[in-house]
Amino acid sequence: MKFTLVILGAPYSDSASQTALAFAHAALANGHTIYRLFFYADGVHNATRLAAPPQDEHDLPASWQQFITEHQLDAVVCIAAALRRGLLDTTEAERYQKSGDNIAQGFELSGLGQLIEASAASDRVLTFGA
Amino acid sequence: MKSILCISRHPPYSSALAREALETVLAAAAFDQPVNLLLMDEGIWQLTPAQQPEANKQKSLARNLSALEMFGVERVYAHHRSAVERGLNTEALCIDTVQWLNDEQVQQLIAQQDHLLSF
Repeated sequence: MKFTLVILGAPYSDSASQTALAFAHAALANGHTIYRLFFYADGVHNATRLAAPPQDEHDLPASWQQFITEHQLDAVVCIAAALRRGLLDTTEAERYQKSGDNIAQGFELSGLGQLIEASAASDRVLTFGA
Repeated sequence: MKSILCISRHPPYSSALAREALETVLAAAAFDQPVNLLLMDEGIWQLTPAQQPEANKQKSLARNLSALEMFGVERVYAHHRSAVERGLNTEALCIDTVQWLNDEQVQQLIAQQDHLLSF
């Protein structure tokens, strides 16, 4: 089965992100493929590389990043949702003349068309966090 | 081509989910994918007439809802029981392209889809 996962919940404020990550691990472990991870709405916050949770707590954004890199997954962050919420890559930081960028490696900023395209290409699309 | 149904269950301005659901519908329509919108639960408040979101520094969602028709989304489906339970007047809405569905019709609509996106 080819899955696309839509993550709408921010890390820590919503359990959806952790649930989605657990699902993604289980899907791959059971021989399924993940066509795309699409981070949308408050879910864009999972793509930050500046989260600094206390040491005795799970670093969820870092876990996503590691998972994406390890399995070379296509991880798209909705650009409109990200810019509104202050999630920028170097290109956007330059474009909007902001003092820094915070998108972790492995995530790519792109448009909602990537979600629509993924829907057309996947057997199942699962939303987490609404 | 795969059909998509966006189910929008949150009120228009207390979070960004309603807006971001609508933007997904518009994106699907812009890419010529068959797409429908179903408003249910608290999502039916998106149909309230005379919304004044400017007072709360927000942009009108009703305007986006009425733009759907231009993008080829001719009907907006809404769950009738959600409206009745909340006392929303189904005769006075911000758009006139609403088709009310009972529980069974909602089940049928969902069963017809390739994909559901839940907001």
